[in-house]
Amino acid sequence: MLKLVDLTKKYGDLTAVNKLNLTIESGEFFGLLGPNGAGKTTTVRMISTITPKTSGDIIIDEVSMDRNLTAIKIKIGVVPQQNNLESEMTAWENLEVHGLIYKMPKEKRREKIEEILHYTDLYDRKDDLVSKFSGGMKRKLMIARALMHEPEILLLDEPSVGLDASWRRKMWDLLKKLKASGLTVLLTTHYIEEAEVLCDRVGLINGGELVELDSPRNLIKKVGEFTVENFVNGITTEEFFNSREEAVAYASGLEGSVNIRPSNLEDVFLKLTNRRVEPK
Amino acid sequence: MILYGILWQEFIIFKRKFWSTTIGAMVSPILYLIAFGWGLGSNLKMEGTSYMQFVIPGIIALNTMITSFNNTANSINISRLYYKTFEEYMVAPINMRTYAIGKIVSGAFYGIYSAMLIVLIVMIFGGGLHITPYFILIAILNCFLFSAGGFIAGLKINSHADMAKFSNFIITPMSFLCGTFFSIEKMPVGIKYFINILPLTHTSQGLRAIGESLEMMALHFAVLAVYFVVLLIMGIRLCKNIE
Repeated sequence: MLKLVDLTKKYGDLTAVNKLNLTIESGEFFGLLGPNGAGKTTTVRMISTITPKTSGDIIIDEVSMDRNLTAIKIKIGVVPQQNNLESEMTAWENLEVHGLIYKMPKEKRREKIEEILHYTDLYDRKDDLVSKFSGGMKRKLMIARALMHEPEILLLDEPSVGLDASWRRKMWDLLKKLKASGLTVLLTTHYIEEAEVLCDRVGLINGGELVELDSPRNLIKKVGEFTVENFVNGITTEEFFNSREEAVAYASGLEGSVNIRPSNLEDVFLKLTNRRVEPK
Repeated sequence: MILYGILWQEFIIFKRKFWSTTIGAMVSPILYLIAFGWGLGSNLKMEGTSYMQFVIPGIIALNTMITSFNNTANSINISRLYYKTFEEYMVAPINMRTYAIGKIVSGAFYGIYSAMLIVLIVMIFGGGLHITPYFILIAILNCFLFSAGGFIAGLKINSHADMAKFSNFIITPMSFLCGTFFSIEKMPVGIKYFINILPLTHTSQGLRAIGESLEMMALHFAVLAVYFVVLLIMGIRLCKNIE
């Protein structure tokens, strides 16, 4: 179990994360959804101890997280947003180094590298230098590396960002496999579909503060399951309704172009913060 | 196993860049030997010996300093600010002390390797060099000392441009002041005291220590060892609190 208690990060006068309280249960696939600059990456960096917290606490299995507490750090796997693989080494060598610094015995290390490369469909490229990999392959290899030492909690910071549509689909397939495996996952994303498809619960974060927290379904229900978009004079307005009938009745009285569609997490976020998650 | 992992990674990268590293490490010493040894110094005598014999230990001191310092500083700097590979170690369940030792050892290795290349070049061109166990000890200590210095520089700087500050204000002055190319005996007293505090002075003098008293040899070793220990402790402390 991962618990964040009043977690805060300040850079001078700027508060990047403000008293974040969150509990992620074992086996849960949890999404932290918000626009760029909302504080998602800072939160992941604090949990993984790269960025020191200003105040608050990070508790993993009843123990406070600390950079020098190796017994706790071994329980997490981290996939950062930016590629941090050694580009002058092959995929296999990158995983080998990871296994060594996580003190995995030789036999287990070799066995796990084979398994994880098959799992991520990278086995055929195991002897290629990482510098020759595409962005999507690098991202997959980073996930493989984070899974190498069999962590209890996986932190995924925007794993699909910067990937084209085809690679994003492949990434989601991989993330679905992780979800099915029962691993505890904290995923940060600004892709609405990613959060809706994968996450058991979603925390909406804006300006470093948690705005709302629930399952994607419940969040949408809270706002209204149907959205009426009305385009008049170049301006779009949105209204939310609990049933299609209500939406249709409202739309029939409108001028201009009208669109009725099921609501999504973007609508929830927009209604709660007056701000979009994914820039249009 | 963790230390082995860090060193193994460095070894793989060294293997991949073997020729560029080797040729790169030979350029400066060859130029120094040509310019200061065969060129400028062909008719000079220094401290009762030929200038060539005088300057070779200085070139080894200078080159091991620059190679060890730059390799560690650049490696840390680039892995922190550009490739972000430093973060993989921050996240890993390792003590940052182990990381610091691994990086300092691998940086020192590059310095030792460059010293071996210079010795090889000198032997090929018949420059005349007396290698004793004390000579080897001082050369290795110099590599570790400046690798530890490079480790601190790599952690301290926040842009590649900042690297020039360390080079301009620490490395370059030491390169020319610390008895690498000339004897410091004729220096004014005040400057001589200052130069004697600097570690590279003791490396240069230690590498030329044939005929020196045991006390002086012990002093050179002690000064370098103290510098190394202090820089190592500073580097480890800095590494534990780095963001």
